Amino acid sequence: MNWLAAIGAWALRGLGSWGRSALFFVDLMAALPAALRRFGLVVSQIHAIGNRSLVIILASGMAVGFVLALQMYYALATYGAAESLGLVVNLSLVRELGPVVTALLFAGRAGTSLTAEIGLMKAGEQIAALELMAIDPRQRVLAPRFLAGAISMPLLAIMFSGIGISGAWVVAVGLIGIDPGNFWSIQQSGVDVWRDVGNGVIKSGVFGIICTAVALYQGYVTEATPEGVAYATTRTVVISSLSVLGMDFILTALMFSTR
Amino acid sequence: MSDPFIEIDHVTFGYDASRTILNDISLRFMRGKVTAVLGGSGCGKTTLLRLIGGVHAANSGRVVFDGEVINVRDRAQLYRMRRRLGMLFQFGALFTDLTVYDNVAFPLREMTDLPDELIHDIVLMKLNAVGLRGAAPLKISEVSGGMARRVALARAIALDPELIMYDEPFAGLDLISMGVAANLIRTLNDVTGATSLVISHDVPECMAISDWVVLLATGGRLVAQGTPAELMASTDPEVRQFVRGEPDGPVKFHYPAPDMAVDYGLRGKA
Repeated sequence: MNWLAAIGAWALRGLGSWGRSALFFVDLMAALPAALRRFGLVVSQIHAIGNRSLVIILASGMAVGFVLALQMYYALATYGAAESLGLVVNLSLVRELGPVVTALLFAGRAGTSLTAEIGLMKAGEQIAALELMAIDPRQRVLAPRFLAGAISMPLLAIMFSGIGISGAWVVAVGLIGIDPGNFWSIQQSGVDVWRDVGNGVIKSGVFGIICTAVALYQGYVTEATPEGVAYATTRTVVISSLSVLGMDFILTALMFSTR
Repeated sequence: MSDPFIEIDHVTFGYDASRTILNDISLRFMRGKVTAVLGGSGCGKTTLLRLIGGVHAANSGRVVFDGEVINVRDRAQLYRMRRRLGMLFQFGALFTDLTVYDNVAFPLREMTDLPDELIHDIVLMKLNAVGLRGAAPLKISEVSGGMARRVALARAIALDPELIMYDEPFAGLDLISMGVAANLIRTLNDVTGATSLVISHDVPECMAISDWVVLLATGGRLVAQGTPAELMASTDPEVRQFVRGEPDGPVKFHYPAPDMAVDYGLRGKA
């Protein structure tokens, strides 16, 4: 019956982990008003999380735009629909690739950084020091970072999509020879601000909440050892990425249903 | 005789069920006095501080802070109580992204509405007390381990707390800094009337500055307590071994292990 006990122990561990993370999230939400009252802390975290992710986000957006324009052109030209290249690139980026790729890059760049920072603060007893100074670390450390992540992600996703479309323009107009007026006008007529751009921004906001909450939780509960912090940063990337991909399917089904 | 500021009443604690760190300990830390808690590594000294700070809840027994039983589930009570204490952590626990000045200013900025000019003066006074006024603009990565502990000491006393807990304040300090730190603990106590708790295994320094000394042994057992003179004069073999640092005695140097012959696989071959 050992296997039965092992399954039971595994299920209990899993449920316990879900319960702890849910309680952590509730505590985090309760700490948000205090963080909003000291918005300067949030702004400095937006700088740390958002600004320092700009290079990788913009470089990736440009590269994705280049490749997307080329690939779409090859496919569309086969059916004589090359003129709709601008629209296809735009919709691909603002609806899907912008939010999702930004979230995956964010989990790798900012998420790991947050987990390591909080984990090392725990290992260095800085979190305990805050507690003993009667300063709630959730209000002083976690909530400002959470808000910064949730605010930064949509902005980064918009920039990713913007630079991606610009990159596609360079390839489509400069390299392939698509008419520039057509490249922009088909986007103007085919892209809906609320349905397409708006839903993309909402998606990236949800991904920002997921990635930042996962990163902070993993840092906060990590074992305060070098191995513990290393393991926590890995878990941050894996859990954030899988959650983003799963949530993306759900949100896409809800947002872009044709019915 | 003054009244107790902290009471540890039949406290038993372990981080998990398999290992008891503190075993039915009862202690009283008197208001306005310096009490040293001595003992070898792993005897539960730091755990005792964490219980007083409400970081952990005792498995049984109670911890009383100035007449109020600490309930770690009552966050409001816990934070109200923590505003009255300062703690020097074993490894400093300084904020590495801040300068020396900002580390000491941190509790003042977070916990008070004092104007910047006043905070500036208080921070420089505290840093001057630990001999580091000139190091105020340095980053934490630019100061040595001993200096970092003195910065942490300045931060612990920034708000002039009623209870100051020092976790190994002399570890890693050179002889001059150690003497200055010991003197500072005593002077602070006398000047501010604070209650001080010093966790250490540095016998001479603790004996020199303490009003009362508590000796713990591995397994969280209370061995003895009394004035420094009483402990120094004790004929109890365990107390004598610890205060004199003797290698042989009731306190074993080796962690419990099976017979060496078994570990080396020699049993039965002779």
